[in-house]
Amino acid sequence: MEFFVISLLNGVSYGLLLFMLSSGLTLIFSLMGVLNFAHAAFYMMGAYAAYSLGLKIGFFPALILAPLVVGLLGALVERYGLRTVHPYGHVAELLFTFGLAYLIDEIVKVGWGLTAVPFRVPAALHGPLFTVYATEFPKMRGFMMLVALLMLLAVYLLVTRTRIGLVIQAALTHPHMAEALGHNVPRVFMLVFGGGTALAGLAGVIGGVAFITSPSMADSLVPIMFVVVVVGGMVSLAGSFLASLLIGLIQSFAIGLDWSLGGLLDALGVAVNAHTPLYSLLKLQLSAVAPTLPYLLLVLMLIFRPKGLLGTRAD
Amino acid sequence: MNAHALELKAVSKSFGNTAIIRGVDLAIAQGERHALIGPNGAGKSTLFNLISGRYPVSGGKILLNGDSITGLKPFEINRKGLSRSFQITNIFQRMSVFENLRCAVLWSLGYKYSFWHQLKELKDANRSAEEVMEAIGLKGRRDTPAGVLSYAEQRALEIGITIAGGAGVILLDEPTAGMSRTETADAVELIRKVSQGKTLIMVEHDMGVIFDLADRISVLVYGELIASDKPENIRGNQAVQEAYLGTEAH
Amino acid sequence: MAGVPSKLRYRPFNLGRWLTWGLTALVMVVLPQIFTQGYAITLMSQMGIMIVFALSYNMLLGQGGMLSFGHAVYSGLGAYVAVHILNLAGAGKIWMPLSLLPLVGGLGGAFFGVLFGYVTTKRAGTTFAMITLGIAVLVDTWATMSRAFFGGEQGVSTDRVIGKPFLGITYGPGVQVYYLIAVWCLVSMALMYAWSHTPLGRIANAVRDNPERAEFIGYDTQRVRWFTLIISAFFAGISGGLSTINFEIVTPDVVSLSASGGVLLATFIGGIGFFFGPILGAVVFSFFAVALSNYTNAWQFYLGLFFVLMVMYAPGGIASIIVMQLQLIARKRFWRIAPHYLAAGASGLVLLAALILTVEMTYQLSENSANGTVMNLFGVNFDCAKALPWAVAVGLWIVGGILFNLARQRVARVWGEIQTELLQARA
Repeated sequence: MEFFVISLLNGVSYGLLLFMLSSGLTLIFSLMGVLNFAHAAFYMMGAYAAYSLGLKIGFFPALILAPLVVGLLGALVERYGLRTVHPYGHVAELLFTFGLAYLIDEIVKVGWGLTAVPFRVPAALHGPLFTVYATEFPKMRGFMMLVALLMLLAVYLLVTRTRIGLVIQAALTHPHMAEALGHNVPRVFMLVFGGGTALAGLAGVIGGVAFITSPSMADSLVPIMFVVVVVGGMVSLAGSFLASLLIGLIQSFAIGLDWSLGGLLDALGVAVNAHTPLYSLLKLQLSAVAPTLPYLLLVLMLIFRPKGLLGTRAD
Repeated sequence: MNAHALELKAVSKSFGNTAIIRGVDLAIAQGERHALIGPNGAGKSTLFNLISGRYPVSGGKILLNGDSITGLKPFEINRKGLSRSFQITNIFQRMSVFENLRCAVLWSLGYKYSFWHQLKELKDANRSAEEVMEAIGLKGRRDTPAGVLSYAEQRALEIGITIAGGAGVILLDEPTAGMSRTETADAVELIRKVSQGKTLIMVEHDMGVIFDLADRISVLVYGELIASDKPENIRGNQAVQEAYLGTEAH
Repeated sequence: MAGVPSKLRYRPFNLGRWLTWGLTALVMVVLPQIFTQGYAITLMSQMGIMIVFALSYNMLLGQGGMLSFGHAVYSGLGAYVAVHILNLAGAGKIWMPLSLLPLVGGLGGAFFGVLFGYVTTKRAGTTFAMITLGIAVLVDTWATMSRAFFGGEQGVSTDRVIGKPFLGITYGPGVQVYYLIAVWCLVSMALMYAWSHTPLGRIANAVRDNPERAEFIGYDTQRVRWFTLIISAFFAGISGGLSTINFEIVTPDVVSLSASGGVLLATFIGGIGFFFGPILGAVVFSFFAVALSNYTNAWQFYLGLFFVLMVMYAPGGIASIIVMQLQLIARKRFWRIAPHYLAAGASGLVLLAALILTVEMTYQLSENSANGTVMNLFGVNFDCAKALPWAVAVGLWIVGGILFNLARQRVARVWGEIQTELLQARA
């Protein structure tokens, strides 16, 4: 039971972080058709920006400012980079963001060095929020969940209750119609890309302080982020929310379980020992293969249900 | 062969709750030139898409030379001897005219997915492609990328790709749409020439073209076939008159 | 033109083509005689491997329109298959001459191409790109977890000197390995070139341009993509086998995402629209990775920037830039634009100097700060904590920026004029 509660809390908080990251990606993809390979790189920039700003102005102001800086950079990238390659089609855009991700990785290495920077949890968020059984649940994790939920609420209100949100929705379903009605679609694109990257930046601040701020923090997230948006159905915020939680839970539960195929066979009354064929495969524990599960899910999803959980488009 | 070249039995198609094709029965004899007409939105192109396997049917059966092709994929239907053109030009834009046509003959000559033949050694494929190029009058444009041809030339290439594989049943979707009077006359001659000895079904709006070419005409209105007969009988058909006047008058 | 048989178009002996291939072979033979240093041999060996890898990648991207983020899966697994076979041969358990080992790598690559390709090629476009990414991560994670086949993080090492010397060839010295790589590289190049002129190669182009129409001329587009991928994986596997021989060690890095990204970068920079593009790209990429990495730790930054600039301003890669100039030369217009190129090039060099100065000083201040702030660049010693070098950098940025912009406008104007002239001349 203790394992269950702790895994649940960890899974949900990690899932919420993933959602912070993937919501921006989903917004950008659904509106612009651009699969932003550099999204995790913007996430990393958020962490580094907050670290550097935090040294001067403290953590909480940096929490607000860093995403804005990242969002501004994102908007500039859209205006002066992405817009140039837009006429060449989606593959060119994908290539551009791929190169951008590569470049941002290197900029971070040149600017902040190859090793992790000491981006620490501020004093106010030190210590446990509460204790379940014998395990403490850190305040930082709670704060992570809080920020994610506030962000979810803000994005929801923005998209459903404001004029710009309505324009976004219109441009999403009928881009040409929206343009014909006089909305400046390129500017909407710039805002959305800036906004989406700002969300990634915010996730980066939280992720960077909660885990680690190093040049490799983006690399490990690129694939998992794609898993989330694909499983979530590419264009659906609700879908990516569900998928984020699902992936978070799968990860946190699988890590703690020592189940294996061999064990399953054992339980079914089939004797398994070192001489059984495929023994090395059978003895693999779930905890050991946990990192591969999301990608297995991705591949299976793309083959059998390319629309994703809640998606509508097949390609 | 006694079987009909193409036979549709109670074919229907719905998108969501909207029925586009409502139980079409049609039989086309070997060697017949058949025209499919009807007001805009009657479902003519949809019917072509069903026959050629672009969309699956919602109900009914389609037979090609007596064999069922219902539910087959486009390439399977093509291999059984049915080829189609498109209303909106659908060619390989970045390839030359010659390459377009050569691609179109490869499968039927049995080269399939070969990676052990060099294209320039394939005398039969090159000859067929040259012949089709001659027939459609694009010999002078042999090495021009298809994307930069004039509209009429692209339409001719569209027909060329369709007939190049030597299919016995040819579906042409508005082959003369958007053409000038002289271009249309040329196109009619071309179609007459290339459909020699084949079964031809075409969607067309130009009545001149239809009465010039067609042995029989079918009229499709709101997804239903209201008449299928010789041209002179269609001209006098009351229901057809009403359908046309009724829709074009408003 | 009635009397001219159309057969005349197919010349039995294409002099230009034989010359090109002959010259390429000659260059490959002669180069190590000119650059005999071990370092140059290493660089050229890696270029040869990369050329095969990049050409195999372009079968997917350039010829088949498939953007893959996981091509290193095939070269890497091919390399692993090759290293295990080589170790078995080294232990005397099987007979396997080293010269044929790349073929083993190729068959290994093709095997996984059959397996994974069946899954990935079901779809095209962005979805294909994402499935390849998913597979690449799966294989990458699997590689770091499984000791039996992948040897864990240390990888599997080997010794390429097996069996008795044949005609004095032991494959011990680097130059012998270079010639082995050169032969395989040349053969692979010729085969891949030949492939692009086969029915499958041409239909791959057709499926790239218009998959729908390809279905209506009898082709199953999934099959076309799958078969293309298998052949591409075969050649990727050959490059993997060659790298096994060259490095005598295979680590999980060979299947990593960055290896897959590298070949994408190389191929695109070279140019995906022409057969020789990836060859140029492989040469440039290896130069960055092997030569430049000795001088700066920021080489990947320069490479990345180069790539992004190419995507934005020259999506046809280096190859298309060259072909455009050749067209100008053929139409006798090149010398009119050449001075403007020179001006753009010179001002571009100023910008490049500004960039290098900025990047290297930043790097010195961050990562390399333990070694103090005094650094050496282009033979000049200076302290990057002082204001002067930064002022120089800013000055170079401004001057270079203004000059380059002027030159760029001139180039664009003259280019436009020439194109209009050529169009009018044709009409």
